Amino acid sequence: MKNSKTLTILKDNLWTNNPIFIQILGICSTLAVTNSMRNTMIMTLGVTFATALSSLTLSGLKDLMPRKVRMIIQVVVMSFYVILLDILLRAYLPDVSKQLGPYVGLIITNCILMGRAEAFAQANKPLLAFWDGLTSGLGYMAVLMAIAVVRELLGFGTLFGLRVMPEGFVAWTIMIMAPSAFFLVAMVMWWAKSVQAKREAARKEAKK
Amino acid sequence: MTPLINPVTLFFASIFTSNILLSNFLGMCSFISISKDWKSSFGLGMAVTVVMTVTAAISWLVLSYVITPLGLEYLSFIVFIVVIAAVVQILEMVIDRASPALYMSLGIFLPLITVNCAILGAILFMQIRNYGFVQAVTFGAGSGVGWWLAIMLLAAIRERIEKNPVPAGLKGPGITMITIGFMAMAFIGFSGMIAVQ
Repeated sequence: MKNSKTLTILKDNLWTNNPIFIQILGICSTLAVTNSMRNTMIMTLGVTFATALSSLTLSGLKDLMPRKVRMIIQVVVMSFYVILLDILLRAYLPDVSKQLGPYVGLIITNCILMGRAEAFAQANKPLLAFWDGLTSGLGYMAVLMAIAVVRELLGFGTLFGLRVMPEGFVAWTIMIMAPSAFFLVAMVMWWAKSVQAKREAARKEAKK
Repeated sequence: MTPLINPVTLFFASIFTSNILLSNFLGMCSFISISKDWKSSFGLGMAVTVVMTVTAAISWLVLSYVITPLGLEYLSFIVFIVVIAAVVQILEMVIDRASPALYMSLGIFLPLITVNCAILGAILFMQIRNYGFVQAVTFGAGSGVGWWLAIMLLAAIRERIEKNPVPAGLKGPGITMITIGFMAMAFIGFSGMIAVQ
């Protein structure tokens, strides 16, 4: 029983209810870093870390929190984990920390954290909330990494900083700039929604 | 320390060349969900502008007179977020008392603003770029106006899109993202005219 629930959550967060293309959450801060795979990787790992741990903490605290000050407590808990992350990055990966700039701090206002805290951690046991936060982060990571692959490959001709394109390749400058991120997200949304709609239709057909 | 940028230049730069939404991707969540409706966009844009200006001023003061002298930089995220939450709360009460009519049009958006990344983003940019007080306030105001401008433009465009046939899978957020992409491209045209840093 419990096993099936964890599987449902996994599938929900990675596909049927993916934070990016279905819920449209958390596109704010991270689109800006998707022109390099390394930064995207670190950023999304950070978001996953912060979402999972803040869901765990908030779910543990849920009976102690008065409803009125709930928002403030949630935000303070999230800030706590993001500060930890920021300090870790500054200590071990100073150059990445510099490139990401304010976007690390902006994980606090990443809507995924707040969304999971409100929608899931409020009503579920700590371990389950942890799992939910973790998988939400992974769903987020999957989409952003896919976008980052395209942007870095076409924009710089590299993958993880290693040259893969042939010598004469002309980089697509547009891929490094802001608009391409929007177009790519729209493409992912289009693809995911069409596939889901098709499956839905097939399921309805089967029921008849 | 580098000489401080002229506040007037900074104001216009933060509206056009480095629009907080279209070139820094901040404040996307409420941008996409609210821009369905022209009137609410106007209200939210106004609220964001006010909150951003006020919080930029207060956080600058807190940053230079409390955080830096005490060496508490590692706490700055928590401090900023609490400043934003407090300003939003106070503003809500003040507007409620001063003008119920304004409260009706603006008040409902205020709680949304606490988690709007554009506000925290503007403050963090201000901290990283070491702005002076005047610069911080004009940057806050300019970013707010830029956000306002962007959401009004998008709301108007979306109203037209509603009446046009869009592929089923792209309906709603999908086509909006593409529209924002084109807007961002248009705003790139401004870049190179003035720089913020």
